[in-house]
Amino acid sequence: MTTAPLLKKPPSRSPATAAQGRRAARLRRSVREHLTAYGFLCAAVVIFALFSWWPIVRNVLLAFQDVNFATGSTWTGLTNFEKLFADPLLATAWRNTAVFTAYALVLGFFVPFLTAVLLNEFRHARAYFRVLVYLPVMLPPVVVALMWKWFYDPGPGLLNEVLRTLHLPTSAWLDSSSTSLVSLVIVSTWANMGTATLIYLAALQTIPGELYEAAELDGANLWQRLRHVTVPQTRFVLLVLLLLQIVATMQVFTEPYVMTGGGPDDSTVTVMFLVYRYAFVYNDFGTASALSLLLLLVLAAFSALYLRVTRTKEG
Amino acid sequence: MSSTGKRGRTLACLTVASLTALTACGTSSGDGAEDAPGGTVRLTVNGQPPTTQAFERALFDKHVRQFEKANPGIDIVPHEGFMDPKTFNAKLAGGKLEDVFYVYFTDARGLIAKRQAADLTDHLKDMPHRADVQDELMKVFQDGKGRQYGLPTANYSMGLLYNRTLFKKAGLDPDKPPRTWADVRAAAKRIAALGDNTAGYADFSKNNQGGWHFTAELYSRGGRIATEQDGHWKAAFNTAAGRATLQDLHAMRWKDNSMGSRQLLQAEDAQRMMGSGKLGMYLAAADNITVIAKQFGGRYQDYGLAPVPDGRSTLIGGEGYMINPKASPKKIAAGIKWLQWKYLDPDLVERNIRDNVAAKLPVGLPMPPTPDIWKGAVRDRVEAAKHKYANIPVGNYQPFMDAAPRITGVLEPPEAQRVYAVLDNAMQAVLTDKDADIDALLATAQKKADQIYSALR
Repeated sequence: MTTAPLLKKPPSRSPATAAQGRRAARLRRSVREHLTAYGFLCAAVVIFALFSWWPIVRNVLLAFQDVNFATGSTWTGLTNFEKLFADPLLATAWRNTAVFTAYALVLGFFVPFLTAVLLNEFRHARAYFRVLVYLPVMLPPVVVALMWKWFYDPGPGLLNEVLRTLHLPTSAWLDSSSTSLVSLVIVSTWANMGTATLIYLAALQTIPGELYEAAELDGANLWQRLRHVTVPQTRFVLLVLLLLQIVATMQVFTEPYVMTGGGPDDSTVTVMFLVYRYAFVYNDFGTASALSLLLLLVLAAFSALYLRVTRTKEG
Repeated sequence: MSSTGKRGRTLACLTVASLTALTACGTSSGDGAEDAPGGTVRLTVNGQPPTTQAFERALFDKHVRQFEKANPGIDIVPHEGFMDPKTFNAKLAGGKLEDVFYVYFTDARGLIAKRQAADLTDHLKDMPHRADVQDELMKVFQDGKGRQYGLPTANYSMGLLYNRTLFKKAGLDPDKPPRTWADVRAAAKRIAALGDNTAGYADFSKNNQGGWHFTAELYSRGGRIATEQDGHWKAAFNTAAGRATLQDLHAMRWKDNSMGSRQLLQAEDAQRMMGSGKLGMYLAAADNITVIAKQFGGRYQDYGLAPVPDGRSTLIGGEGYMINPKASPKKIAAGIKWLQWKYLDPDLVERNIRDNVAAKLPVGLPMPPTPDIWKGAVRDRVEAAKHKYANIPVGNYQPFMDAAPRITGVLEPPEAQRVYAVLDNAMQAVLTDKDADIDALLATAQKKADQIYSALR
């Protein structure tokens, strides 16, 4: 059987290849046009990679190593985690951190919100009160801790003096394992409420005035305005701040380190305090990294929730 | 490939290129690691006082110049500061650790175990005056085989630091400080009776300093934190001496009310109280007196230092220098030469004393420039020089110095910081809980310490 010679088609680009070519040209044009932008982006990526992402990756690696910076680290699998889980203080640290976070949410979430609502109600001296509320944020954390140590002094401390003047029973504050943790929460709340209050205040000020006017015309009192206008209008900001606050308070370190050293009776040992102790007191960076990794995973769960919430809102 | 993919690839390439460039920029270009031209050894050393301490700084720099003149082959590059455990590992990992670096006695054992210091044994054979340094102090820097990894340059041992002015006010004789724990308790009660928030005695109980002080107090009664049996360590503080230590503190805090109301203290708190004249006594080393005078407004003539109460043995610590494990033999030899010239030459002690006197720095305390690290005839010689040039009331500290050779110095126990963290709890409990169960506290602490020691096997 003979075969007819195949007709040779003139070389031509298939529609797919042509489309690819157009896309490539578009990309080249786009890169040329946005070269400066890529330059700036690149710098940001490099800085993030070096100072944010690489330390996280390194921490994960260290968690599985016996760390020795002189002779080189060796891989030890899950040994650091085994050591960590054998430490009876681990459960105490997590429990204290959870209790601290819970207290911090009760105090640190509602107090700034209520302060913001009150500030929003002040028409005349709002700027003055705003500065007053924000002042503690400007104090360095260690100064705050040392100042409150004096407030809490069970003898001649300010708080007990006030209680004595009012003929109320005094407290051991930091010196008792039943009151030490909540005493630290009060300090933390006092020191950080300025920032939260300002964010709430900014959110409150985005609420259209007409809503309040309408509510007032309907005879709504302060509580009803709060319940039916303020809270629904600021729900998103409240939720985001709640999540951010959980992430921040779970990393509490300065207050227990400066004020109580984890005591009395380990009642203020937090996870971050334990990380510090493993790394810089026991010189055991592997176990410190393992514990940091556990904390990172827990915080990542809250961060994922935060991203989901913000994405839902943006969507 | 999609345009997104290509964009991603471009970005990735850019990032990698930038990272490589940045990493290349960040690579150390030597920083004293290389030897200087002409065969000179360039040696980085730390221990240089900060510029805020003008006299000390000028003195150190003068010593560097003098040493370099005497040793033209060595170029000293001084770095400010001492060892900070928080940054030590980062410096080591980043290649920024000095060739000759400062360490506390407590850190030496761990650094040797982790091979983070150079073996100096063979280089020390011909070091002058090596045999005149107290053997116990040299042992701090040795491993189990007797190899030497560092040199002690100063030491401290615990004593009873007391406020002579408050003693007088309370009707106590400042020249007859308490000799036993019963004396301490009685004196504390009288000082606290002065009122105005004056504490008779203070003790630490946080950030592992509680455990550290418990150890010092236990040693003073003849007790020990841990003992070694067949190569294994076991907790040894759940004894009559351990019980007495906690019982006395509990009684002073709750029965005598002589320890003030505020607890969870650490060193700075006691120093501040001493400086402001609100504290009668606490257990401390002589270096505390300088801190109280310099930072907390105290006056040298107000304080006295006595041997630890009961005086059966005393906790010793101190400082020394080790050499970077990555240093070349040439650098190790140069480093030892510097350490011997600067810190371990009794012939230079008088010169250092005169420099200190001229700079109005304190001379007379058992700490640099007359550290109590020598033995035998050299110690006598240093003591004589100290008395000759003293610019502080040496008599106030004489009871401590006189007793020092008689009281056995005991180093801190193995796994000191972990065990101290455990003992912090016992100290906190007796000082913050009126109903503290001392037997139960000791039993719990013993169990935890044994857990720590069993992990060493």
